[in-house]
Amino acid sequence: MTGESSTSAVAYRCPMPGIFIKRLLACAALAIGIGAIAGCGTGPGGDGDGTATAGISGYLSISAAASLQGAFTEMAAAFEDAHPKVSVSINFGASSTLARQIIDGAPVDVFASADQANMTEVVDAELLRDIPTIFATNSLEIIVRKGNPSGIDSLADLAETGLIYVTCAPEVPIGRYAAESLLEAGVTVNPASFEPDVKGIVTKVSSGEADAGIVYRTDVLAAGETATGVAIPDQFNVRATYPQAVLTGSPNEAASSAWMSFIAGAEGQAILRAYGFGQP
Amino acid sequence: MIAVLMAGIAVAFFALPFFGLLWRVPWSEAWSLLTEPESLEALRLSVYCSLWATALAVVFGTPLAWVLARYGFPGRRIVRALCLLSLVLPPVVGGVALFAAFGRRGLLGDPLFDWFGVRLPFSTAGVVLAQTFVGMPFFVLTVEAALRGLDRRTEDAARTLGASPWYAFRRVTLPAIKPALFAGAVLAWARAFGEFGATITFAGNFPGRTRTLPLAVYLALESNPGQALVLSVFMIAISFAVIVGLRDRWLGGSGDGDPT
Repeated sequence: MTGESSTSAVAYRCPMPGIFIKRLLACAALAIGIGAIAGCGTGPGGDGDGTATAGISGYLSISAAASLQGAFTEMAAAFEDAHPKVSVSINFGASSTLARQIIDGAPVDVFASADQANMTEVVDAELLRDIPTIFATNSLEIIVRKGNPSGIDSLADLAETGLIYVTCAPEVPIGRYAAESLLEAGVTVNPASFEPDVKGIVTKVSSGEADAGIVYRTDVLAAGETATGVAIPDQFNVRATYPQAVLTGSPNEAASSAWMSFIAGAEGQAILRAYGFGQP
Repeated sequence: MIAVLMAGIAVAFFALPFFGLLWRVPWSEAWSLLTEPESLEALRLSVYCSLWATALAVVFGTPLAWVLARYGFPGRRIVRALCLLSLVLPPVVGGVALFAAFGRRGLLGDPLFDWFGVRLPFSTAGVVLAQTFVGMPFFVLTVEAALRGLDRRTEDAARTLGASPWYAFRRVTLPAIKPALFAGAVLAWARAFGEFGATITFAGNFPGRTRTLPLAVYLALESNPGQALVLSVFMIAISFAVIVGLRDRWLGGSGDGDPT
């Protein structure tokens, strides 16, 4: 007698299935229609094959390293101002995650990685239109809670027992860079967690759940008031280089090329400088 | 005819991803990938945490379901909605909410640490907490429904024959809702076993301590896709076995009979 009552928790009865299905079909039809229109929009828009032309239009989808979030968000707005017919959307994440998505067939125009290793993965999969170009550099810094309550002054302090240190997995660029830096300094740490990407480290530290992590200099800048940075001496620091490239089968090649030259140009580089990135 | 066709499409929709997985798994090395130390460590942790979460869900969920089913008190609907919220909440949001409550600077996390030195984020206990948070509603919902569907006169009869409330509950009510208790516990366990979002947000990701199977799959996707596929199939196999077993034994498999 209880068998049926226990299923009732799961089974609901739709009062008007007919109307519901009609609406669902209408929605589906609408979605297909929009998809078709969007498909037209991303067709070959411009005839230029490099420099910014007035003719480019459509959608431009970019997969960019999480550390580029601030700079690229502004970059996209500036790019759209220069090319009003182009709509840019950016997928931020760990470079390793993005590389995996691209290899698995994500329809992306441009890939901007925070390291060479993950770009190489995409190169090896023969998915790049041309050779990646370095467009920015970055360095590492220790991020600690606001006002540095744990009193961290050096990499060696990160090994303190009881200190909650968070990092990323070695596949994620920042995870490997941080490990390199610690190895160089001869410090062994005991991470509390491997976050999905560098912004995960920033969030955990600035929210006060973790005490410290190693992130990019630009992340400490972007965190502003919410966290404090502690410099890592040059001899232990790592120079991170950011390559980007247009992918083969890019749905919007003309806009992709325009994006590449926009970033290499004066305006694009100025935005990157403003966010703390170094010269390529 | 159209209905059958659409049903066929729906079945294919569910089955294709599964067959896709099977097709991509590197079978020749499947066993070695599955028995790699990291895989076994994640499996051990997943089993350990999900069983704890299920136990907590049963211990606290049974009284909760009982109260929700039997006592009319003002605001009961709100209390129930609150308890079942994590059913519909995106797990990541659940993780953020857990931080706000049990994090180092959370409502309860702060005194917990100051007084007892207990720190839940980034710990195995944090995983259990996250899994209980998302799993318990399944148990409560199932058991509450069973309690509501129960003929209360049997209990009343027991009481008039001199049974204490506890005795009547133990000897009359409990046996009657046993199938629902099992079904609820298994559903809660399955949900806890597959928990990802709240775990990675609240408990973080560290091998042997908080990296459960779903987290291991997510991570292996980047470092070792073959391992990710093998672990995925393994998890699916377990879930499939549970669902089939559940249906036949406890969800009244005889009740729905054969389709005509």
